[in-house]
Amino acid sequence: MIMGFADPFDTLLDLQRSLEATLANDWLQDLTTSRGPFPPINVFQQGDDILAIIELPGVSKSDLQIEAKENSIRIFGKKAVDYPEEASLHRRERVSGEFDRTLSFPVQIEADGIKAEFRDGILAVFLPRAESDKPRNIKIT
Amino acid sequence: MASKKELLVAQKRELEKKEETTIPARIFVPNADIYETKDGLNVVLEMPGVDKNSVDVRVEDNVLKVDGKLDFSKYRGLQPLYTEYNVGHFSRSFRLSGKIDQNKIGAELKDGVLSLVLPLTEKAKPRAIQVN
Repeated sequence: MIMGFADPFDTLLDLQRSLEATLANDWLQDLTTSRGPFPPINVFQQGDDILAIIELPGVSKSDLQIEAKENSIRIFGKKAVDYPEEASLHRRERVSGEFDRTLSFPVQIEADGIKAEFRDGILAVFLPRAESDKPRNIKIT
Repeated sequence: MASKKELLVAQKRELEKKEETTIPARIFVPNADIYETKDGLNVVLEMPGVDKNSVDVRVEDNVLKVDGKLDFSKYRGLQPLYTEYNVGHFSRSFRLSGKIDQNKIGAELKDGVLSLVLPLTEKAKPRAIQVN
């Protein structure tokens, strides 16, 4: 089951990377902070609703904020990586700093129904599709 | 001219395995920081999504091996719409020097970050020499 799970990911990832590479060049541009690539986000569909899963290892819950507006959500905060003062660094792979990302959805989101859960460095945001946006059956008389 | 340096996403590195695995899942190398204080080495690994009970830290033949298993059941029934990262288990090993006291290694997991404390043996600790 997991095998089948990994492959569509790859195809999507490759396509997205090449698309994003055309946007990623920030040469002499004053970009808005809302288009940063961090944190990486996966978006899933769960029935009618949307589930966004975001990897944020090492971010504490108090440093993380989410805003919702119409059909977009904004995730911002900061990631701190601390070392004791007298430490000498041997290897440094973890990144730290501020991040700010906005995700827009092609469907209307029920803002009151948004639920977010942060556990083990993974943020899961559940975004229910607005009732008014769902397709409905028309009865033929 | 960009006003602020943006945080970049570190692309996940897949583990180059020596052995073949028998489970159909990917294994990634967690990002690690290693720093040394006067008491010992600290190894900090990022393993998002791994909970406390799924981490395995062991020392064998002077090799410290850290394994983090991901619970894939949370992804069941989800249809990917847009993806930026891949998910998989985590695994990384480090060769320890003889200066580490292997019986006193401590580990703590918080917000997907595993912090390991590898204390130096008493013999290897720096000491001040009294001058007479």
